[in-house]
Amino acid sequence: MRALDYEYMLGLVPILLGYVPLTLMMAGIAMACALVLSSLLAIERVIKVPVLDRFVVLFISFFRGTPLLVQLFLFYYGLPQVFAFLTQIDGVTAAIMGLTLHFSAYMSESIRAAIVGIDRSQWEASEAIGMTRLQMMRRIILPQATRVAAPTLVNYLIDMIKSTSLAFTLGVTEMMGATQKEAAGSFLYFEAFLVVAVLYWIIVEVLSFFQKRLETYLNRAYAR
Amino acid sequence: MIRLSSLTKRFGEQTVLDGIDLSIEEGERVVVIGPSGTGKSTLLRCINFLDRPDHGSIKIGDLTVTAERANRRGILALRRRTAFVFQNYSLFANRTVRENITEGLIVVRGWPASKARERADEILRDIGLSDRAEAYPSALSGGQQQRVGIGRAMALDADLMLFDEPTSALDPEWVGEVLDLMRRVAETRQTMLIVTHEMQFAREIADRIVFMDAGHIVEMGSPAAIFDDPKDRRTKNFLRRVS
Ligand SMILES: Nc1ncnc2c1ncn2[C@@H]1O[C@H](COP(=O)(O)OP(=O)(O)OP(=O)(O)O)[C@@H](O)[C@H]1O
Ligand SMILES: [Mg+2]
Repeated sequence: MRALDYEYMLGLVPILLGYVPLTLMMAGIAMACALVLSSLLAIERVIKVPVLDRFVVLFISFFRGTPLLVQLFLFYYGLPQVFAFLTQIDGVTAAIMGLTLHFSAYMSESIRAAIVGIDRSQWEASEAIGMTRLQMMRRIILPQATRVAAPTLVNYLIDMIKSTSLAFTLGVTEMMGATQKEAAGSFLYFEAFLVVAVLYWIIVEVLSFFQKRLETYLNRAYAR
Repeated sequence: MIRLSSLTKRFGEQTVLDGIDLSIEEGERVVVIGPSGTGKSTLLRCINFLDRPDHGSIKIGDLTVTAERANRRGILALRRRTAFVFQNYSLFANRTVRENITEGLIVVRGWPASKARERADEILRDIGLSDRAEAYPSALSGGQQQRVGIGRAMALDADLMLFDEPTSALDPEWVGEVLDLMRRVAETRQTMLIVTHEMQFAREIADRIVFMDAGHIVEMGSPAAIFDDPKDRRTKNFLRRVS
């Protein structure tokens, strides 16, 4: 066993840190879009709009049933061949789109489960007071479902941050892509990938810290 | 004036309400009594379409909603003229005590938040919970929760307030405070339709007692007429059992 090149590893840290914003940006935008899209999908699954419901079921089934990598390749390399106007799409955009659609499918199932798990009394009280279905969802049901679904959704965010590394297969130089390049230059693969692994790990740990605070905040109405 | 005409509700094969006719005068307090499983809750729930009646109509003031032709607009209008107090309180779990009261004012009646807040604070004084305005329902006793449930209904200024066994889920120690509050609501000449098993309270508060059995109104009249001189055998049997 050879000794690790610590100096090289330390030198790599600031270089790779420079790519952290891009990783967080991709995950952040994709998560924000996925939250909106998955909520809409979940609400549709609960209300079941005729016809539309079929498409939503199909959408969820497809994006849960196929690998993220395949979806990314389909968007980035495949779709522009069919739709000419998509030739302008860059790797970052394609990655964000792919992550959004893929994770929306999963998240919508968690949100749907949380919605249908809300006690019947909450639906009835909202109805009795004269709320429309939209008001009921927005003001009473979704806020309560958010609390139930939050731990799972944060797990998806963690998964999403790690999945941004797949963007390097679309030619995006993000944390993983940069590491790959560095390693190819130095041949110190173990050192390089160890550093990037630890960086991802730290990001996730920081997030877990905020997860606990978020959950405390969301549980404020239920603490006795 | 409120009028229920041949209100009918089936659950599968079972007819739970069998052509209920009932008129309630403005300001009248009507108490519904009867054995368990008779359709008392269903009657209340059909009036605001929490359960959809199969047949019949509901008239509140100038608004008439007919079961077969009821659309979303009519149902909303009906719900906005009624208020419901639930057996299990059913407070909005994600809203504070004050917000439970302002919710209907802001969302349904479109009041500005500041005005709704003022009204809520008045009601909080009435129900004796000013000091718990910022608390969440989970932090309240059953009696306090039900007082908020009644406060939420009071805020709506409804033409008809419906109470479905508001004290049945309470520990005995909290029943008194909730009944007291209902008495005070009654003093305001609020039109009330109350289902309860508290016979002494019913006798005190009611202008009229309705005795229901197996989906029918068997007999109705003044508290004295029903409690002291019931005519129907089923009423007699029921009263003998509960007293
Ligand atoms: N959602 C439902 N589905 C099927 N049957 C129902 C439903 N709700 C009520 N029922 C039936 O309708 C009948 C009347 O029920 P309801 O709750 O109106 O009675 P109640 O007079 O309020 O009784 P209690 O005094 O026990 O509250 C009962 O036989 C009940 O089992
Ligand atoms: Mg009942």
